[in-house]
Amino acid sequence: MLDLDKWQEILHTIKQNKLRTFLTGFSVAWGIFMLIILLGSGNGLKNGVEHQFRDEATNSIFIYNGRTSDIYRGLNKGRRIYPDNGDYDWIVNNLSQLEKISSSYSIYGDNQISYNGEYGDFNITAVHPSYHEIENLTPVDGRFINQNDLRENRKTAAIGLTVKETLFREASPIGKHIKINGITFKVTGVFDADNNDRENREVYVPITTAQTLFSRNDDVHSLRLTTKEVTVEESKGLVNTLRSKLSQRHSFAPDDERAVYISNHIEQYTQFLNVFKAIDLFIWIIGIGTIIAGIVGVSNIMIIVVKERTLEFGIRKAIGATPSSIIGLIILESIVITTFAGYIGLVLGVGVLGLLSNVMPANDFFMNPQVNLVIAGSATLLLIISGIIAGMVPARKAAKIKPIVALRDE
Amino acid sequence: MITLKKLHKSYTAGKNSLHVLKGIDLKIERGELVSIMGSSGSGKSTLLNVIGILDGYDEGQYTLDGQLITNLSEKKAAILRNNMIGFVFQSFNLIPFKNAMENVALPLYYQKVSRKKRNRIAMEYLDKMGLKEWAEHMPNELSGGQKQRVAIARALINQPRVILADEPTGALDTQTSYEVMDVLQAVNKTGITVVIVTHEKDISERTNRIIRLKDGNIENNFINSKIKSYA
Repeated sequence: MLDLDKWQEILHTIKQNKLRTFLTGFSVAWGIFMLIILLGSGNGLKNGVEHQFRDEATNSIFIYNGRTSDIYRGLNKGRRIYPDNGDYDWIVNNLSQLEKISSSYSIYGDNQISYNGEYGDFNITAVHPSYHEIENLTPVDGRFINQNDLRENRKTAAIGLTVKETLFREASPIGKHIKINGITFKVTGVFDADNNDRENREVYVPITTAQTLFSRNDDVHSLRLTTKEVTVEESKGLVNTLRSKLSQRHSFAPDDERAVYISNHIEQYTQFLNVFKAIDLFIWIIGIGTIIAGIVGVSNIMIIVVKERTLEFGIRKAIGATPSSIIGLIILESIVITTFAGYIGLVLGVGVLGLLSNVMPANDFFMNPQVNLVIAGSATLLLIISGIIAGMVPARKAAKIKPIVALRDE
Repeated sequence: MITLKKLHKSYTAGKNSLHVLKGIDLKIERGELVSIMGSSGSGKSTLLNVIGILDGYDEGQYTLDGQLITNLSEKKAAILRNNMIGFVFQSFNLIPFKNAMENVALPLYYQKVSRKKRNRIAMEYLDKMGLKEWAEHMPNELSGGQKQRVAIARALINQPRVILADEPTGALDTQTSYEVMDVLQAVNKTGITVVIVTHEKDISERTNRIIRLKDGNIENNFINSKIKSYA
């Protein structure tokens, strides 16, 4: 194998037979190229949709306020139904699969928030301490509002990154006092919602404080909860339990889906995961098909090449080539071509994917098309090995053939 | 040099068996220039292939330079061919994608001679054939006579004991044929045994001995006393 002269002989043969080399190499390079594009695009799709779920925990169920869609027990159609503190307590006390829960109450209207002469209009949302975990908020500085803040109705606030930058610029806001609609709140921490501009314009305050100061009742706009590991079926059961309990507590028809909207992310996410499993499977089927096509292509070309070279092998044998040297010549040539072509396909494929992710703006459906290089490398190796096996069969035949038959076979 | 005793050879094609060589007894001494003649189907090419260890035989005995040639493995046969025999074919059988020098040097590749050295030796042999200027040319750029001289240079480069030529002038015009024969006669003068299969009378008349084959048997075998030569 390390015989320099042998390599020179092979490289010479390859150089002198460019079309043949190109045809063999092309089927390999094309196979690998297509496989990488396919796998990469599949990953791009997956990354895009996974990115859509980045804001929220994927095991969450959200309950939003709504309006009744029909008359129920003498009560009006179109009544507004808000979840309230009672619902919150019931869920905390009765739902065994509950992991975290938070209410969310938005204070609408112009909320003027100021610090030291800097002003800004921001959203105020009253929440429980688990809210930042349910919404995947990243702590930048300090802490979120906590249980003590709620218990003692403290006037504390956690602020979004944009709020901090507007009011405080470079300075640290922790422990500073901001004014919300004229009332002084102490800043506990800064949170980043992964470039989500709306969420970064939020000021989070304890729900108890907000209900005392602003709303003066115990309604909330939504309840957000996460569950322990549950199956899709279990999550559907949970949603049903929640809906029937809410219908009892707020007197609306148990089958009225618009009285409160319950959005089941577990079901959505699992559906997406299933879609991806299907896409993955589909890509693999096509990928394996592509590889098989490549293998067949290489095999065909090897068979033709050996047939075409029968006379040459006959001549070589007549002047003293041993059968093993003929096999070695064919196999090494096949290895050199497929390895080189496979590498070209690999580089081109990865290059095109890179170009694609640069040219196409990242969006919710396509993002960071990447490919597992181990898989791509294994595919290349597989093609090389099949090239060898494909070459081996006719090569052995060519090596076994009597030189006289080969020389006569013009 | 070459001794054949009661050599039989048949080919099977499907159910039919064709008995080509029917008990050939032949002795060729070292340094002879022999021609084997016969009409097509007489078995002359088969005989040459057996002598050249390109093909096996069924019965009898073949001894080459004191060595019994029987049931050789492909590898041993290849090594023997490489060391002992040089071939010249009617259709030249040069490798089309190698230039004249590389074609001549190829037998030395199988003797593991380094590239530089074998190309240098190939140039010497091409020079002897008067083809030094054509060393870099590909076979399709050479005339028939030039191709055959390249083939002869290739047959000579591993310094064989025997040159076997199968209709070496079959594809050439008369003038070129004579030139090629001059070369083969010159080769023979250096002491190498030369066996030529031909059906051309004027070619066989330029060899020391003429062996005539008919239907797989030696019809006659006589010394050519009036050997013609232009050399």
